[in-house]
Amino acid sequence: MRGRAAVAAVCAGGLCLVLLWRPAVTRVSAQPAPTPEERYASPLELLLSPDGARLYVLCQGADEVRVLNAATGAVVRTIPAGHVPRGFSFSPDGRRLLVTNSWDDTVTVMDTESGRVTATWTAGYEPSSVVEDRAGKFLYVADRVGDNITVLDAATGEERTTLAAGRGASYLAMTADGSRLYATHVYPNAAPHRTPPRSEITVIDPAQARVVDRMILPDIAGMFHVALSRDGRLGVAAELHPKNLVPLAHVEHGWAFVDSLTVFGADVGSKPVEVPLDELDRYSARPFGVAIAPDKSRIYVTLSGSECVTVIDTKRMLAFLHAHPEPLAEDLSASAHYVVARIAVGKDPRGVVLSRDGSRLYVANRLDDSISVMDTRTDRVTRTLRLAGPEKVSPLRRGEQAFYHAYSFQGQFGCANCHIDSTFDGLQWDLEPDGFGKDIVDNRLIEDLRGTEPFKWNGGNPTLVKECGIRTEMYFWRSENYDDRTLTDLVLYIRSLPSRPNRFRAGDGALTPAQERGRAIFDRTVDKLGQPIPETNRCATCHSGPKGTSQKSFDVGTGKSVDNSSVFDTPQLMSLALTAPYLHDGSAASLEEIWTVYNPHDRHGRTNDLTKDELNDLIEYLRTR
Amino acid sequence: MRRGLVVGILIAMSAAGIAGQTSARPARRIHADAQAQRVPAMPRFRFENFTTANGLPDNHVFSVLVDGDRVWAGTENGLAVYENGSWKTYTTADGLAHRAVLSLALDQRTGDVWAGTMGGLSRISAGRIDTYTQLNSGLSNDVVYGVAVEGENVWVATAAGACRLNTRTGEWSLYNERNTPMIEIWAYGVSAAADKVYFAVWGSGLLELNQKTGVWDKYDDPDGENEIVLLKDQGLIHEITTSVSYVDGVVWVATYFGDSHYDGRYWHNFLTKDSGLPSNFTNTIRGVDRNRAWFGTDKGLAYYDGTNWAVYRPALDTGKPEMTVRDGQGRVTEIPVETAPAHHYVLGIDFQGRDLWVATAKGLSHGIYQP
Repeated sequence: MRGRAAVAAVCAGGLCLVLLWRPAVTRVSAQPAPTPEERYASPLELLLSPDGARLYVLCQGADEVRVLNAATGAVVRTIPAGHVPRGFSFSPDGRRLLVTNSWDDTVTVMDTESGRVTATWTAGYEPSSVVEDRAGKFLYVADRVGDNITVLDAATGEERTTLAAGRGASYLAMTADGSRLYATHVYPNAAPHRTPPRSEITVIDPAQARVVDRMILPDIAGMFHVALSRDGRLGVAAELHPKNLVPLAHVEHGWAFVDSLTVFGADVGSKPVEVPLDELDRYSARPFGVAIAPDKSRIYVTLSGSECVTVIDTKRMLAFLHAHPEPLAEDLSASAHYVVARIAVGKDPRGVVLSRDGSRLYVANRLDDSISVMDTRTDRVTRTLRLAGPEKVSPLRRGEQAFYHAYSFQGQFGCANCHIDSTFDGLQWDLEPDGFGKDIVDNRLIEDLRGTEPFKWNGGNPTLVKECGIRTEMYFWRSENYDDRTLTDLVLYIRSLPSRPNRFRAGDGALTPAQERGRAIFDRTVDKLGQPIPETNRCATCHSGPKGTSQKSFDVGTGKSVDNSSVFDTPQLMSLALTAPYLHDGSAASLEEIWTVYNPHDRHGRTNDLTKDELNDLIEYLRTR
Repeated sequence: MRRGLVVGILIAMSAAGIAGQTSARPARRIHADAQAQRVPAMPRFRFENFTTANGLPDNHVFSVLVDGDRVWAGTENGLAVYENGSWKTYTTADGLAHRAVLSLALDQRTGDVWAGTMGGLSRISAGRIDTYTQLNSGLSNDVVYGVAVEGENVWVATAAGACRLNTRTGEWSLYNERNTPMIEIWAYGVSAAADKVYFAVWGSGLLELNQKTGVWDKYDDPDGENEIVLLKDQGLIHEITTSVSYVDGVVWVATYFGDSHYDGRYWHNFLTKDSGLPSNFTNTIRGVDRNRAWFGTDKGLAYYDGTNWAVYRPALDTGKPEMTVRDGQGRVTEIPVETAPAHHYVLGIDFQGRDLWVATAKGLSHGIYQP
């Protein structure tokens, strides 16, 4: 429905002032997308074979798994995966490699001996991570769009059940003894409007295929990898702690994000504890990958926005936590007690894996097409393995690099903080310094934006260049912005983002009877009483065209007393089902509430003549957009 | 139908125990010498009763659900779960849709519990409660009398029709007078299986959805809304259905005017005058298999084994524990017992192995099977 405030919330800004703007910038957007042959490998995740001889690299950009000689970096084998693979793991016996294909909704099963694909199984909506239980009975698949864990029969791929997870279920980790499986989520769980976000770590009994616990994590929104120590006594999850309830006017005081870990388990105590990673004058933007040394002495965390790996002394961290039971998230000095090194690696470092003896750490630099090999005894990168792919860094690639870099003051955050994996964050932000609680805006998906201009909920930015340029510098980064070329590249990248598959629309585009009925309601011109619906009050008037927006602004009665204006840009409707909550300020928790709660006078379309089942039909249709 | 009034009366009756005190005990012949009459062996229980005195949040227990070693009780003041010898209560502060929990269902595949309340439908999953209401979701109405889980579908009986939530897609499908033969839309009970789904619709008989064909069928009392039963076993005993249980291809239906058994071809009805039912006013029914079922009435808990009947309750006049057995010839024998369910007004039944759990108007009872 919305892309504008979202884009606003993140895209880059910079030193380029409007007066310095050059027409050449906008021309670059005509650059064609790369052909398949030109695709970057974009390594996202890593695995080492049980004997440590082979390094498996999940190349998301190339839709394949590359198997490297771990010592030399030479490619041993390339195995095709599905579209946009996002996670992988070995079966307990190491004979199978399981890969989630997030845009195909499948799991690819590969024979590690022959390197052949032996099966492709359907698995939920946007499968993002997969783990097989120790008994070889079940596969657990975290579904990011489905918000659940799909349980498959490990032998046949037949679906056994789906377990309710948190929102944006994405990463899984099993204890070494196989007794517990932990799931983390990239989006926060639903919460009342204008309350702190909260996430959860979902705890599963893999033998029983049951959720047995949910660790509720106050203030946490996006979570990424979770790892367990070999003795099972320490769990570590990487996460973002946004400060979205106060105006984004105090970036220089650290009031935008806390980059932190949640640690849990017997070593920690009865409750999980948030451990901040930021330092007094530099931040640890977007912790993503986590590895725990075999002897538990060190924790390694990739900081994808800061382009480095941070190293934590576990013993010191635990001692500090036990000595300071009070909440630590706001304490920028805390990390000095346990962060012992920060090692620069490549661009957008993501997945990490340790050699079995813990002496080498491999880091996947997604936007460099490289693997950093770090000697953990010296905390130095000793080698960088280059993956085959286009040698030239294209403008599109540069734009993506800019998107994932933490540009703000002291490197606190970047575009991808709010647009997680180039999507959204499920949060509402108080962006501009106009007072606490004024002009709250909901963040939105930024896919397929061409033809949805203008941007911002007030329609104030006619182009992405303006949206991501000077405005971003003024309100977000609070630091020197990128140059003209980077801004151009960034805009190019954002405009290139395609729409993800719609899980609620049949592959052939056919609508179900309920969806058909809903479409008729969407397109209707006469209400159920036989009265003509004024053109300006029909769904299809404002939400017109293929993307569901007339690109004009209207007052549909949804303004609040805290809004400076009740006239809002008409949001587009693509992938609407994924982006709750709704309305400009995120006050509607669900699509239903747009009309059951926030349309009492029929100003947001004529809907109060509809029965409940007709409203359900309308929503079923909207979910296909 | 004056539904709200009826509900109010029922609650009031259950609260005050009026139903039992003002009704005459059913006519029966008591055989003092049980051994001499070769009394059928019917299951016997030692009842342990739970009230607010030992941990329940409220004595009005509308529903009960066994979940392995755990037992859930839907009360008028929260959802309680009994585990490891103690009770924990979930309330609206925890996210529960409403304090009055009318119905419960277990998703056997996931372990999630679904609770139908007077203010919406809640899912309890490992301590997290997600709530669906008529405002924030496609739920047809906030008063949820019945809930059942079948595969990935949650079937719901509400005060404004029936509905289905597909937990995979999030799609809500509503069933009411516009797309089914439902005349009244006061859906009171639901029982769902992979082949068929049945709804007990208060004043509209029994509705059947054939899941394979998508075709709805409706079973009515051939006597209409007359309170006279002209022909025995002619069809559904009464239009005012309250509960349904579909098991082994057989449907057991409870009404306020007797109960019915339908095997797909023949109906068999039960009335106090020609069966061991302690009352025609039946709140809940649970089939065990094709031949056996449990009945929760306003005058006690009853069991039917296909031939014989047993009734368990505190005596309606003295309140003393009472168990009676009625054999196939209609001979009634009183069995000496020391315990009985907490109250004769029974609202919910579930099984835990050979044990029973019984929701009553004045407490929850655990019937511990006595071999």
